[in-house]
Amino acid sequence: MGLLRYVAVRAALIIPTVLILYTIAFIILRVLPGNPVLAVLGTRSIPEEQLRAIEHQLGLDKPLYVQYFDYLWRALHGDFGTSLVIQGRSIAADLRDRLPATIELATAGLLVSLALGLSTGLVAGLRRGTRLDTALRVYGALTYTLFIPWLGLLLQLVFGVWLRWLPVSGRIDPSVNLHTVTGLYVLDALLTRNWAALRSALAHLVLPALTLGIVLSGPYTRLLRNHLAAVLESKFVLAYRARGVRERRITLHALRNALIPVVTYAGLQFALLLGGAVLTEETFDWPGIGTYLVEKIQYRDYPAIQAVVLVFAFLVGVISLVVDVLYALLDPRIRY
Amino acid sequence: MDAGGLRGGFAAARLLGAVRGVLGGLAPQGRLLVRAGLVLLAVIVLASVAAPLLAPYDPVRSVDRPLLPPSREHLLGTDQLGRDEFSRVLYGGRIVLWVVALSTMLSAAVGVPLGLVSGYLGGWLDRALSMVMDAVYAFPSLILAIALAAVLGPRPENAAVAIAVVYVPTYFRMVRGQVLKVKGEEFVEALRALGLPPWRILVRHVLPHVVPTVMVVFSLSAADAVLTEAALSFLGLAVRPPTPDWGFDLYNAKSVVFEAPWLMLGPGLAITLLALSLALIGEGLSDRLRVA
Repeated sequence: MGLLRYVAVRAALIIPTVLILYTIAFIILRVLPGNPVLAVLGTRSIPEEQLRAIEHQLGLDKPLYVQYFDYLWRALHGDFGTSLVIQGRSIAADLRDRLPATIELATAGLLVSLALGLSTGLVAGLRRGTRLDTALRVYGALTYTLFIPWLGLLLQLVFGVWLRWLPVSGRIDPSVNLHTVTGLYVLDALLTRNWAALRSALAHLVLPALTLGIVLSGPYTRLLRNHLAAVLESKFVLAYRARGVRERRITLHALRNALIPVVTYAGLQFALLLGGAVLTEETFDWPGIGTYLVEKIQYRDYPAIQAVVLVFAFLVGVISLVVDVLYALLDPRIRY
Repeated sequence: MDAGGLRGGFAAARLLGAVRGVLGGLAPQGRLLVRAGLVLLAVIVLASVAAPLLAPYDPVRSVDRPLLPPSREHLLGTDQLGRDEFSRVLYGGRIVLWVVALSTMLSAAVGVPLGLVSGYLGGWLDRALSMVMDAVYAFPSLILAIALAAVLGPRPENAAVAIAVVYVPTYFRMVRGQVLKVKGEEFVEALRALGLPPWRILVRHVLPHVVPTVMVVFSLSAADAVLTEAALSFLGLAVRPPTPDWGFDLYNAKSVVFEAPWLMLGPGLAITLLALSLALIGEGLSDRLRVA
């Protein structure tokens, strides 16, 4: 019962976060000077009445506070309005099309970053003070300052242009037929036992996931190394050694302790993961929310931009909830 | 000098002392990192400032056939419009450095005072501010910067404002945390008992304790700001063509990755080296803080 209550309290805390971010997005997009309709129509001069008519149709002629609550109310029901550019196109439908691609990329990127970061951190932590340790620390610091599109282009150059092993853009070969269930292509291919599609989807996923994963892996290397080093020098490890506990078991104990700050960091990292996904998508023409956002910005499609911000805010809220719960399960000292 | 100016001079000397204290107290390894970062940064700044002297060609004019490979005439080749890429990389640093300097100073100028006052006064103001800052902090900074830059329009100054907004919460949180720590100490209590006004305690006695933290946040967020500026520019949100800018040049290189793969080397390496130089300084400074 305690855990359920904890989850409920944490879940309730998402609401103010999302509301604050919604308000900020609203202020940026609606209150700052500039008429969204004119911004879309650009230099074309249109008659005053027609402009008013479009504004009326979009509800932009209502007082700001009415717009604020109207939009919020509809968004809560999954209705993000329609595109300003393509009249009548539902933004919610666009987001449903694009979101799975971003989730697939972000998940794969997270897995790569954890695999790279934790393995390098573990090795560096166990071999403290050696040359390997120094080299891995440099890796940790360097990856953090890499510019995602640049790393992506370098990988494209090596694996796509020179070796010709992997495709450099898109999610799947257009000639492959895939029946989509969830929109996550790898999962869909597995579910429908479509091995040709699975091969193609995985091949397209490798370079973007590697790009995102490498850039985000550095902090894990550093965190795990430093905490592992600290735990291995603590008194309880000394006591274990004195009792003749095997080194393997000691490492496992130390690892569990050292993983707690890593989980905390992974939770904070999600914002970086989603931001990085936008750049990765743009580098690999990956049809996700990031490329959607950039497309919409080019057309100044404000309702769509607002919807993307809201969706990201919600994602961040939900993910931080999941991390809080994981954290509580991993660390028995946390009382809920 | 009048009394007010004299007092200001004392306060400034105190702050300078705190800065010097941080630099002097560095461990050898930290000092090495800071020094390496400063050298790298100095080289990049000098190259950008001296671009008109160093650049062999006009960065915005077509000077040869397009997409030539690197040669003695064109060290980094030429781009789609036949412009010399080496000259563009030299000039490109000016925009990045300007945007990064402007944005980090702006966010420090807003975040530090807010964090100081909020942490020192506490109460409902502190709770409300913290909540807003935490919400913004949790949100993907790049996406917020993209949305802001998109609304403001593609100008370097607008990009700087967009980036500045994104890093205000980082300063706020770090400064506020430090103030909460210092606030509980005896000397602050003693000053309050002496009847000193709160603003005076804050500026003269609490602020110097916050300086080391601000220095670390300053260099680390500047490193981050380099990458954010490059990202905005890569997405076409920082400058208009034909202005030379690293992120935008990298975007142009992306479309010819098969025909002219060398074109992406210069701008990409420049972005990474600049971010690295600032990260090295921040890393070295934070070594000391962790010990202290």
